[in-house]
Amino acid sequence: MSTHSTRLASRLMVAPSVLLLFVWMAVPLAMTLYFSFRLYRLLSPDRTGWVEITNYKWFFKAPDFWLALFNTLALVGGVLVITVVLGTLIALLIDQPVKGQGVLRILVIAPFFVMPPVAASIWENLFMHPQNGLFAAAANALGAQPILFLEKYPMSSVIGITAWEWLPFATLILLTALQSLSSEQLEAAEMDGAGAFSRFRHIILPHLTRAITVVVLIETIFLLGIFGEIYTTTQGGPGSASTTLPYMIFKQAIVAKDIGRAAAGGIIAVILANIVAYFLMRGLGRNLDA
Amino acid sequence: MTLSLRALLGATALAAFGSAALAETTITVATVNNGDMIRMQGLMDDFYAKHPDIKVEWVTLEENVLRQNVTTDIATGGGQYDVMTIGTYEVPIWGKQGWLVPLDDLPASYDVDDLLPPIRGGLTVDGKLMAAPFYGESSMVMYRKDLMEAAGLTMPDAPTWADIEKAAAAMTDKSKEQYGICLRGKAGWGENMAFLTAMSNSFGARWFDENWVPQFDQPEWKATLDTYLHLMNEYGPPGASNNGFNENLTLFQQGKCGMWIDATVAASFVTGKDSTVAEHVGFALAPDNGLGKRGNWLWAWSLAIPASSQKQDAAKTFIDWATNKDYLALVAGKEGWANVPPGTRTSLYSNEEYAKVPFAKMTIDSINSADPNAPTVKPVPYVGVQFVAIPEFQGLGTTVGEIFSAALAGQKTADEALAEAQAAVADEMTAAGYIQ
Amino acid sequence: MARAVTPQRKAVTTLAAWTVALLIFFPVLWMVLTSFKTEASAVAMPPQFLSADWTTANYAEVWARSDYPRFFLNSVIISLGSTLLGLAVAIPAAWAMAFVPGKRTKDLLMWMLSTKMMPAVAVMIPLYLVFQRLGLFDTRIGLVMALMLMNLPIIIWMLYTYFKEIPAEILEAARMDGASLWNEIVHVLTPMAIPGIASTLLLNVILAWNEAFWTITLTTTKAAPLSAFIASFSAPQGLFYAKLSAASTMAIAPILILGWFSQKQLVRGLTFGAVK
Repeated sequence: MSTHSTRLASRLMVAPSVLLLFVWMAVPLAMTLYFSFRLYRLLSPDRTGWVEITNYKWFFKAPDFWLALFNTLALVGGVLVITVVLGTLIALLIDQPVKGQGVLRILVIAPFFVMPPVAASIWENLFMHPQNGLFAAAANALGAQPILFLEKYPMSSVIGITAWEWLPFATLILLTALQSLSSEQLEAAEMDGAGAFSRFRHIILPHLTRAITVVVLIETIFLLGIFGEIYTTTQGGPGSASTTLPYMIFKQAIVAKDIGRAAAGGIIAVILANIVAYFLMRGLGRNLDA
Repeated sequence: MTLSLRALLGATALAAFGSAALAETTITVATVNNGDMIRMQGLMDDFYAKHPDIKVEWVTLEENVLRQNVTTDIATGGGQYDVMTIGTYEVPIWGKQGWLVPLDDLPASYDVDDLLPPIRGGLTVDGKLMAAPFYGESSMVMYRKDLMEAAGLTMPDAPTWADIEKAAAAMTDKSKEQYGICLRGKAGWGENMAFLTAMSNSFGARWFDENWVPQFDQPEWKATLDTYLHLMNEYGPPGASNNGFNENLTLFQQGKCGMWIDATVAASFVTGKDSTVAEHVGFALAPDNGLGKRGNWLWAWSLAIPASSQKQDAAKTFIDWATNKDYLALVAGKEGWANVPPGTRTSLYSNEEYAKVPFAKMTIDSINSADPNAPTVKPVPYVGVQFVAIPEFQGLGTTVGEIFSAALAGQKTADEALAEAQAAVADEMTAAGYIQ
Repeated sequence: MARAVTPQRKAVTTLAAWTVALLIFFPVLWMVLTSFKTEASAVAMPPQFLSADWTTANYAEVWARSDYPRFFLNSVIISLGSTLLGLAVAIPAAWAMAFVPGKRTKDLLMWMLSTKMMPAVAVMIPLYLVFQRLGLFDTRIGLVMALMLMNLPIIIWMLYTYFKEIPAEILEAARMDGASLWNEIVHVLTPMAIPGIASTLLLNVILAWNEAFWTITLTTTKAAPLSAFIASFSAPQGLFYAKLSAASTMAIAPILILGWFSQKQLVRGLTFGAVK
């Protein structure tokens, strides 16, 4: 089989995906770009027209824009750190020979099965609520004042809830990667007297880099677009303390029904995502080839 | 002509599925998931018995999701729904756009003059009824008679804000997690701003003057916000900036609130089986300040037909069934008078059986004391008691709601919050062309 | 292959693993418990663990109030359909990128992921209009297509990484033997790739199953899946936590069971590969 025909075959195999994704990306992007320069409010159809960059200007001038940008990155960064670190530790733990491994696995990935709006609602009302929540009950039992999670620490609370939702994703991928690690290699290292930490540092971690990279990149893309959890729990508040860029767009698209502004926000979000992705690829891209 | 064509198309579609009935029309009805609506879905046998040629498909969603879906549909001419459940905020706006089918040809048996005047007024555009009210609500004070008694106080039927403050102070005992007053703090045009806008009316405040200039820099709003923050900071539960209707309902039912000022529809819940304080609840009109307006709102979940519907006749038949007097009697017969959808018809409140329901009188008095066309003391250019029926209000109300919610959380002072609200609303109103 | 492990060490790790797992699982467990309480008992303070009024009334009510089987069927069709279709398109692409990498492969991968960068709410109206014009609104095929395209980058990425794990030498050997491209894929690669494909399938079925923005925005009655079912039980007037918990337990139970089986499958696939 010649290299030439292999190349051709491989192109043909990639083509359908590329074609589909291109259409899927280009059509909405073109429409969004078009709307972003228009005055388009769902409830005022009689007022339309070109407005140049007014919609973009609105975002940059909005008092909560820069905070929202920061919060967006904080959410992504916070959830990534929690899920990757805890995910690795948990994957290592349940990769050990333990009793009831099958059940354990399913328990650990269970949060991923709960629909995000339900998860957020349960955390808000049954756990974090300062009078009705379990945490408040625990605080009362210990004689402490209940913590006002959503009022005093809104962003951390949202990060916590989101991290809980995404932890299983990271754990599952890392666990699968861990299981493909040959035990001979580890045994050999153990024979050579390498300690647990050194085994982790020199054998396990290098083996996991690609999986970690994949987790980071995929989660980043998902997390950059999150708004549902914020809407359910804090409404971006108090004030705009937990407002992110997607939540700002959500408010324009769904609440204010200003499609022009929402479109401009979408374009800004895409640019932001590209910047983040650029740095991630520069930092982590190497790991993909390994 | 079109009708027969429609019937033909319908029949073809049905034949394709091998269905039996030839002339059956299927209508899609979008509703919120509130109790009265759910109850209606359980009573459909009566409708099918009367109208075997119509089949109803339900889309039941929680309020915000429903609003989002029906608004998108109607604004883009989607035509997915034949009947939509919408509120008094949407009706005037959508009616003016020509998005709704006027309901001015309902049969005489519908007795449109029986509808409560404030409710009917809120659903009428250019003299035509645009939506049929399914249930109406106002807001009122719900309070704990036992706690008031223990404090040696009695609640007047028509309290002032000073009475409320006195009662709140007397009933608060934070060491027992007992808070004198619970009010909405969650940001949103339909959450804290519904309450605060209604409250501001009783202080003589208004959103806009006759020239659409925002009025948050006026002393009336300052008094409103100061009173609200004072009540909540001194006598309210901690973390209230995240409490909406549902959170407060839970708190009240657990006996943690001395008073709660909220929707009249809550009355049946706080006296119902899930409530630990059911037998101790008293009701009073929403407070006032002696200025001639009370701090209560007016809302009606109503059924309307989008102009894009292809099955308007069947939709009208359904709306007539769901909102006429016979329906009230049907619910009363099956589930008791307390479960009849309240607040839409005069005849219901002259019914002796219904008068026995504990919250009946307070509900009708509250509804009658609200006037969507003259909501506050001074003249305003808009319609709506706890909202301003302009397309921009959902965005504006939510923005201001966030600012006030931050003030409640202690992140801003009342003055800062009002200045911010004033600037934000002025900007938007200028951008939207109201202010030249 | 099993390393020698002392019983003490096994006991300690077992204890630690179970503690962690139960902590993570606890909110889900609490939700399931709540679904068997009365509404009043669900929000009672202090929280009721054993003393609650246990009831199955919530399930009866949820079942009676909505057409669960229809929502369920739609969820199955949409999530499974979009994932299988996605796999069919993605497997060749991921294979080609993993084993015949070009200079641009990494860029191409990143570009694919970038198609997901637009926040859903920003393209709500554009996509809504497209769906309406094409007659895809409230159709299963429309949602299958949408979710397939939405998750395709993820599927390709995951498969790509799993395929990368397969040693190139095995392929070389197969090629030396003169195996055709087809044979190479079916007989050499596929068996080794099964665990990866299985976990990709599982994760993407879950992602599609839980998708709660587009599935609600683009449907009314005919194609509405369980996300719409859930939305009819959240935040009405009155207490609802127990009913919401029951509804979401009903929504996650089927997929949790699927997860359970595929986990076993996954583990078996792995050990099988190792033994070979």
